[in-house]
Amino acid sequence: MSKTILAVDDSASIRQMVAFTLKASGYDVVEAVDGMDGLEKAKSKSFNLILTDQNMPRMDGLMLVKGLRALAQYKAVPILMLTTESSDAMKAQGKAAGATGWLVKPFDPQKLVDIVKKVIG
Amino acid sequence: MSIDISQFYQVFFEEAQEHLNSMESLLVELDIGNPDAEQLNAIFRAAHSIKGSAGTFGFTDLAEVTHVLENLLDRIRKGELALRPEMIDAFLDAGDVLKELLAAHRGNGVADTAQVAAMCERLSGLTVSVAEVPIVTTVAPAVADDSWGLFDEAPAAATEPAPAAVPATDDSYGFFVDLPAPEVAAVPPAPTLAVARTIAEPAVAVADRRAAPRVGGGGETSIRVDVDKVDQLINLIGELVITQAMLAQSAATLDPVEFERLHNGLAQLERNTRDMQESVMSIRMMPISVVFSRFPRVVRDLAQKLGKQIELKTIGEGTELDKSLIERIADPLTHLVRNSLDHGVEMPEERVAQGKAPTGTITLKAYHQSGNIVIEVGDDGAGLNREKILSKAREKGIAVHDQMSDNEVWLLIFEAGFSTADVVTEVSGRGVGMDVVRRNISAMGGRVEIESMTGIGTRMTVRLPLTLAILDGMSVAAGKDIYIIPLGYVVESLQAERNMIKSVSGVERLIQVRGEYLPVIALYEIFGIPDTVTRLDRGIMVVLEADGVKAALFIDALVGQHQVVIKSLESNYRKVAGVSGATIMGDGHVALILDVAALVQMAKSTLPLAA
Repeated sequence: MSKTILAVDDSASIRQMVAFTLKASGYDVVEAVDGMDGLEKAKSKSFNLILTDQNMPRMDGLMLVKGLRALAQYKAVPILMLTTESSDAMKAQGKAAGATGWLVKPFDPQKLVDIVKKVIG
Repeated sequence: MSIDISQFYQVFFEEAQEHLNSMESLLVELDIGNPDAEQLNAIFRAAHSIKGSAGTFGFTDLAEVTHVLENLLDRIRKGELALRPEMIDAFLDAGDVLKELLAAHRGNGVADTAQVAAMCERLSGLTVSVAEVPIVTTVAPAVADDSWGLFDEAPAAATEPAPAAVPATDDSYGFFVDLPAPEVAAVPPAPTLAVARTIAEPAVAVADRRAAPRVGGGGETSIRVDVDKVDQLINLIGELVITQAMLAQSAATLDPVEFERLHNGLAQLERNTRDMQESVMSIRMMPISVVFSRFPRVVRDLAQKLGKQIELKTIGEGTELDKSLIERIADPLTHLVRNSLDHGVEMPEERVAQGKAPTGTITLKAYHQSGNIVIEVGDDGAGLNREKILSKAREKGIAVHDQMSDNEVWLLIFEAGFSTADVVTEVSGRGVGMDVVRRNISAMGGRVEIESMTGIGTRMTVRLPLTLAILDGMSVAAGKDIYIIPLGYVVESLQAERNMIKSVSGVERLIQVRGEYLPVIALYEIFGIPDTVTRLDRGIMVVLEADGVKAALFIDALVGQHQVVIKSLESNYRKVAGVSGATIMGDGHVALILDVAALVQMAKSTLPLAA
């Protein structure tokens, strides 16, 4: 049974690219348009991995991570934040929120696949 | 495996365009003295979004400009940098540069690299210390490779990630904790309400779930469809309507009792077809806000240039109209707005001298009215100058006289080459505008009317049919043929009596209706139709009104009123003067749709002015 990934980003073009890339590598992908949409979708379906952008309307990435970690179902599911920079401040915030790791944008699609493989196989 | 990301370019272009549009309208709305935090955030997010995806898809010039823009916006929204008026101008200009770059990447025009560098410099110059805003690519700072990583729980790793099997020098991704076991047991989701409260979100966002603000790029509730597919659908529905009408016609001769079920079925079919038609037409309907949204910027820039103070009001932004009309109405409306700005609204000093407020108001209003969409462009300016228009008309050799009604005088400004501007400004005054505006609107099946009062203001009213493909028409007979008159032009129909018919130079040319003299357009004369009623007191007169002018169309008899599907005569045969299209009637015959505006013009020009 293939693994399912939730891709959260308010940019349709990035979402579609991520979904396409991961689907081509055998994963199932569900898209969400912002943190709130992501949280709702996460509650109604089980995901093996969450990829989330940081800057989004309604609810940003950090909030989403915190919200997910508060759910029993997602206490241990890997969550990767897609960020535009990897400053110490960002890392500290992400870690404090409970994210598993980060990936800096813009990223190479192949790199995304490699990292996802590393995380959930 | 290499993935071709160019397939996502189109989505990126549309997305970036939307962000640029929203950025522009937010910037124009921004109150410099007391900027709204949420608006600043939205502007920042728009720039940030464009930067993110532009970088991902390799459009580095876009990424460069938005990077500088975003840095400034970030500092402004955090309160680290004070917002100044020249910044708004710079941001708006940056938006223009970005739009041009976007267009260039889409294939329209060439990207100007010098412009990119100049814009970045100008933006950088807005901060106190230039050095703080370097022009860099979007990848992370100078660390070896911090592009990813995992947050490790191990205490030894202070800021450096020590992930499982990760190259230590790559910081472009990373993990905070040891990678968890890949399989996650499916646990029943926790009660949603309790969880929602633990998120420290403003109460509005959580409580207002159903009334959530419009989400950019809303994934699951809409799909992008090719316009051609929709047009094809509309075409097919049109064919269906014609077929259904033919069936109804054939069945009309059958005994209703014997064929009751057939008749019921056909009635049902008609209802279903009509519903389907309305539903499909509505797919192409979009709110007029799409057009109105460009005006705040236009008004702002132009008012600044002219040194006038203008407030723009828009009413009825949600009023919907067909997509094709939206594209075609933009230019004419822009011209009308610029006219109001340039000629209508007076300079602040002049206004004050007249006891008016120094700030003039331009109002854009849209609403539906009996199958049409009505768009009004109004101003509280000086109004049209009757004397100036009359003297200009005389200059151009147009026949005018002092007893002309105000309405007739206003209509003169639609004549080609007409302009009463004393000075040809960059904006208007070349006199090529209004006649083009009227022609464009007529071509859309619409009309434009003018109302004006000296010292009070002017209002231009544009009326457009809600759809271009279907028409409510009155069918009339002349000879053996049926002709369709668009219902919107029909004022009334009557049978003329002998004493109503007036002659000019021995030829019967006018009829008098309630004190008004109307020119008669005898259809059989214009189209050379044989075997028709020729005595003006024997057939029917249909009084028409187009562009403020009335005329009486003389035909044999009224047939009925139908909704017809417009088919292009031009693309199936050729263009014919006086005919705007054709349709197929229930009996399979072709009926021509009359171009009322053209016919009325014809009548006007052949008619000598009544003394």
